[in-house]
Amino acid sequence: MAGIPHDHYEPKAAWEKGLAKRLPIVGLMYDTLMIPTPKNLNWMWIWGIVLTFCLALQIITGIVLAMHYTPHVDQAFASIEHIMRNVNGGAMLRYLHMNGASLFFVAVYAHIFRGLYYGSYKAPREITWIIGMLIYLLMMGTAFMGYVLPWGQMSFWGATVITGLFGAIPFIGEALQSWLLGGPAVDNSTLNRFFSLHYLLPFVIAGLVIVHIWAFHTTGNNNPTGVEVRRTSKEEAEKDTLPFWPYFVIKDLFALAIILVVFFAIVGFMPNYLGHPDNYIEANPLATPAHIVPEWYFLPFYAILRAFTPDVWIVQFATFISGGIIQADFFGVLAMFGAIAVMALAPWLDTSSVRSGRYRPMFKWWFGLLVVDFFVLMWVGARPAEEPYNTIALLASTYWFVYFLVILPLLGVIEKPNAQPATIEEDFAANVGKGDSGTAAPSAQPAE
Amino acid sequence: MFKKLAVSMVAAFALATGAFAAGEAKNVPNVNFSFDGPFGSFDQNQLQRGLQIYTEICAACHGLQYVPIRTLEDESGPGMPADQVRAYAEFYEVFDPAIDDFRPAIPNDHFPGSNLENAPDLSLMAKARAGFHGPYGLGVNQLFNGMGGAEYITALLTGYTGEEKEEAGAVLYENKWFPGGWIAMAPPLYGDDTEFADGAATDLQSLSEDVSAFLMWTAEPKMMARKQAGFVGVIFLTILSVLLYLTNKRLWAPVKARYKKK
Repeated sequence: MAGIPHDHYEPKAAWEKGLAKRLPIVGLMYDTLMIPTPKNLNWMWIWGIVLTFCLALQIITGIVLAMHYTPHVDQAFASIEHIMRNVNGGAMLRYLHMNGASLFFVAVYAHIFRGLYYGSYKAPREITWIIGMLIYLLMMGTAFMGYVLPWGQMSFWGATVITGLFGAIPFIGEALQSWLLGGPAVDNSTLNRFFSLHYLLPFVIAGLVIVHIWAFHTTGNNNPTGVEVRRTSKEEAEKDTLPFWPYFVIKDLFALAIILVVFFAIVGFMPNYLGHPDNYIEANPLATPAHIVPEWYFLPFYAILRAFTPDVWIVQFATFISGGIIQADFFGVLAMFGAIAVMALAPWLDTSSVRSGRYRPMFKWWFGLLVVDFFVLMWVGARPAEEPYNTIALLASTYWFVYFLVILPLLGVIEKPNAQPATIEEDFAANVGKGDSGTAAPSAQPAE
Repeated sequence: MFKKLAVSMVAAFALATGAFAAGEAKNVPNVNFSFDGPFGSFDQNQLQRGLQIYTEICAACHGLQYVPIRTLEDESGPGMPADQVRAYAEFYEVFDPAIDDFRPAIPNDHFPGSNLENAPDLSLMAKARAGFHGPYGLGVNQLFNGMGGAEYITALLTGYTGEEKEEAGAVLYENKWFPGGWIAMAPPLYGDDTEFADGAATDLQSLSEDVSAFLMWTAEPKMMARKQAGFVGVIFLTILSVLLYLTNKRLWAPVKARYKKK
């Protein structure tokens, strides 16, 4: 591994040397597990382990569920009930998988907002960030298709609404939509391909996760100060870092165990709390539910999608400028994907030379507002499309874009950052000196 | 049929959005069911009474197509003796493709589906409806009271006002808790519709609660096992958390000691 100098694996016994010469797998594992990690990481750096756990949980429970599931419109709903009633431990497996998706998204949002606050996306970690965004997009696709599989009312109508978005694309929309669905409407061919892709994409995610880890193991972790590890010599680097095993593995596992207590309480005592009752009604193409709502983790972006109604001036302007090609529904689609795109572009939109938000007095407030904005969007996304919710959604969506497109570039110019510690060691020592019991209690933690 | 469906859907939609405009869907009255909360469990006698009401009244129109009759023996469910379940199964006729004819059901068969096209299957009804909402879409009521599916069924069964109207050739009955306010199902229970061997109360509220509890069981037959697993999980993970906390503390102590102010 490039980057921070540290000890490498030395094969000792003859068989170890022999193996290392043929396949340096032990060395690779050693270097990965013993990577020098900044001492001062706080509790917002535990989400990576939680996410890895979620991916493993979803793949393992999913593989077993797939053994008992039937991807056919006439049998899918009944096969879920078969899993819930007849398969040994089936109800538990399904509830773990169902709520596992929610845990996955809680963790990924915490992980993303941690990155946004501590400037983890900034050079030289742009590639880690971009790959992370790709993983997030794939997660959304996988979760969306997984939600269709039980073939309940929300499955069917959610799929109809979301694939309808592609239909809003000018010129090619309709052709694209029927290509995605395998027909003119959501039907058996849709269910079959969604099942196939829902099984495939997690392995693509797993591959990207390896690249994600590889990328940040090359640059080294960011840390709450945003100050880089000193890397002129191994001795100096060791003042700033500790090996990942055992220090951070144990710390992360401790956090994971606490999170799993909550997770198990939800699975055991209120497994349907995060779901929608309508999905326990079998899909019926002839009966539209009164209120189609996506899963909670899509709500912020669903709110942005719906916010741009035809009476918003910027939509009218876009329609006029494009000669009617961009209508409100297509504008909404652009806004929704744009909201994720601007987040992915954060490394180039943020002009500040200071990495961590901890030393950026103005940034802190705007970032705090972004977190609030995210929750407002999530809430308004589940409300009916009427006043006052439309106005709230429009304001909240606007702030999302303003933050990334205006505030981030501008702050770097006008903000006067506070003094940063010279080294990670200094920050760590200062925190320990405060006599806290945590590993390194952050002085400022994002509101996530 | 489809036209009627479409008309009623549009009507329901309009009324439902009207209700949303007014703020929230109404919360139904809470019922203290024995299975509420993390410690709650099904009351076998109540489930058996519910089965009796279902069989004598609901089954005339509705079905339970996802429920295998043999599960009536489940200890965590109605817990009926095997010979009773066998005798009960024979009460139903099922179509057997192997003999290309109807035959009396055996415990391994499922309950039959609905007899009427517009009578929904009841297997999952207690999970397919929510009795509690809000406030303001924040989900707080559901967090503390549960989803309220069984409460919704109780409320619906006791919520008839006695008003009727005719619409598109069908009689609709006014119900306080049905979305839109008018339901095609005639009031199924009036109180004293049946008698119980255990002498339990047969007033309208009690009957409604009994059948709601039974439908909660048909919707979530593994609820007891699930809560049990939840407890085991929470207890073991709590112990693991404590152990990992102590491990972590000891692991980091020498690292921190180096920086502790003297």
